[in-house]
Amino acid sequence: MMEHFVRLFRKNISKVLIYLGITCGAIVMVTPFLYMVSTAFKKHSYSLAFDPGLIPANPTITNFIKTWKMNNFQLYFRNSLFVAITSVLFVVLVSSMMAYAFARFEFPGKEIIFFTILIVLMVPNMVCLIPQFLLAKTLGLRNSLWGLILFYVSGMVPFNTFLLRGFFETLPKELEDAVLIDGGSYFTVYRKIILPLSTPALATISIFSFLGFWDEFILALTFIDDTSKRTLPIAIATLQGQYATEWGWVFAASIIAVIPVIIVFVSLQKYFVGGITSGAFR
Amino acid sequence: MSLSYSRRKIATAYLFILPGLLLFLIFVIYPIAKAFQMSFYEWNIMPGKPNEFIGLGNYIRAYNDPIVRLSLTNTIVYTIITVPTGMILALLSALLLNQIRRGKVFFRTLYYLPVITSWVIVSFLFRYFFQSPKGILNNLLVNTFHIIKEPISWLQNTPTAFIPIWALGIWKEIGWAMVIFLAALQTIPTELYEAAELDGANAWKRLINVTLPLIRPTLVFVLVVLMIGGFNVFTSVFLITNGGPLQRTEVILSYMFHQAFDYLDFGYGTAISFLLAAIIIILSFLQIRFLRKPEEII
Repeated sequence: MMEHFVRLFRKNISKVLIYLGITCGAIVMVTPFLYMVSTAFKKHSYSLAFDPGLIPANPTITNFIKTWKMNNFQLYFRNSLFVAITSVLFVVLVSSMMAYAFARFEFPGKEIIFFTILIVLMVPNMVCLIPQFLLAKTLGLRNSLWGLILFYVSGMVPFNTFLLRGFFETLPKELEDAVLIDGGSYFTVYRKIILPLSTPALATISIFSFLGFWDEFILALTFIDDTSKRTLPIAIATLQGQYATEWGWVFAASIIAVIPVIIVFVSLQKYFVGGITSGAFR
Repeated sequence: MSLSYSRRKIATAYLFILPGLLLFLIFVIYPIAKAFQMSFYEWNIMPGKPNEFIGLGNYIRAYNDPIVRLSLTNTIVYTIITVPTGMILALLSALLLNQIRRGKVFFRTLYYLPVITSWVIVSFLFRYFFQSPKGILNNLLVNTFHIIKEPISWLQNTPTAFIPIWALGIWKEIGWAMVIFLAALQTIPTELYEAAELDGANAWKRLINVTLPLIRPTLVFVLVVLMIGGFNVFTSVFLITNGGPLQRTEVILSYMFHQAFDYLDFGYGTAISFLLAAIIIILSFLQIRFLRKPEEII
């Protein structure tokens, strides 16, 4: 091992320096997470003797068991899953239909609708927050997971439509024409040609939408008062508010909430990178 | 025949856009229009009570409100500090990462972890580090490295209360910008570097004269997106300091949120949010107009 390093060093000092730089950067990026994990494995991280070390003296999984069994935490996890997955299904369906119309049809109002979508992409989401809150109240959509889903889907439709239209326009038209000449309808084209050929783009918007919905905080914070309708970000914020000194609980809950995200990210990396570089995903 | 055919095609198109369009109109466009209207009213939240039209009243009030000015300054300072720092660090990381083959995906994943982690979680994480007196950072500074004698009350004073907010902003944006830069760097043909090297250009000159001009559109794109993100800063401020101490760390959106949901001053809240929207839209146009060369405008 050492010999290998020495040879590498002699052969190419600059390469070693490059790896050194990258590793230093990586340490900075990862250290906060290590502290989060470490705190989550410490018992009574603050109230008893303060143990600031990175490696817990007596690691324990009590915090995880406690938060997982804490009133309603599993319900909040299910709420988040339900809201995120349902919203993804709807947003993919609705945006892809809309994008197909924009990519392949001419119709009155097309330009103005698309232009409006582009302008709206520039308006900060929180501008809508107050009227959206009032609208939800009027329509009886406050304290309802379906209410959240409706607002989440609508908020993501403009951006996803914009991206998918760009992708659909790159698809070859010949296959579609063949289906239409054989007497197939446009719905057949959409279902049998457009959607299957666009799997990478659909996967990308599904992943990014899922992450956005899973982490959404502001709308959920303003819409949901009913404790049984909370989603995970709200549950974690409430936990922090109630037990301000029990950081072990807060971070155990956070780690449980982050696990689905990490799974999605690591297993679907190729769609991620494609998605980040193709558009404005953040 | 052809007329009815094209009519049918138009009808089909409308069927395809209808669900999305309805959602868009009801839950996005209507609220934006409504917000614009509300910003000219003294909005009453009690049902049945009339809302009073006050013209530009809310905007004039915002103009004269010292906390609006303070939160605008804080927002601008946040953007000026986090965006260039984040971009330089991201570019540096991308340049380094672009030169290695082994472990590239591994390191890219590590750098990207902060981006995919929820703002709520990382905000609490940074608040935890900056706790006082018994916080991780204070412990490192006082007990481990002996840089300071007494723990600092980071969150109880300004400007120290900004530090976790800025640090979080930079830490969280590096990974995203780096992935974009990396993709742009990979499109540069290696022949260009070889030619520059033959001409005697050192690494710095190659960066300034070859790399940066070639990724200029990407630099502008990242700058615009990060600046918009910077002006939209909210969750980290809301959860780390909540605008405190004494509203000293308030940013535009946190102040708007407090006006709306603590003081129920909805008209004033929407006026403040429209000021931000105007700034962001003007900035986006200016940046695209002035920083891009004419041939790069799509």
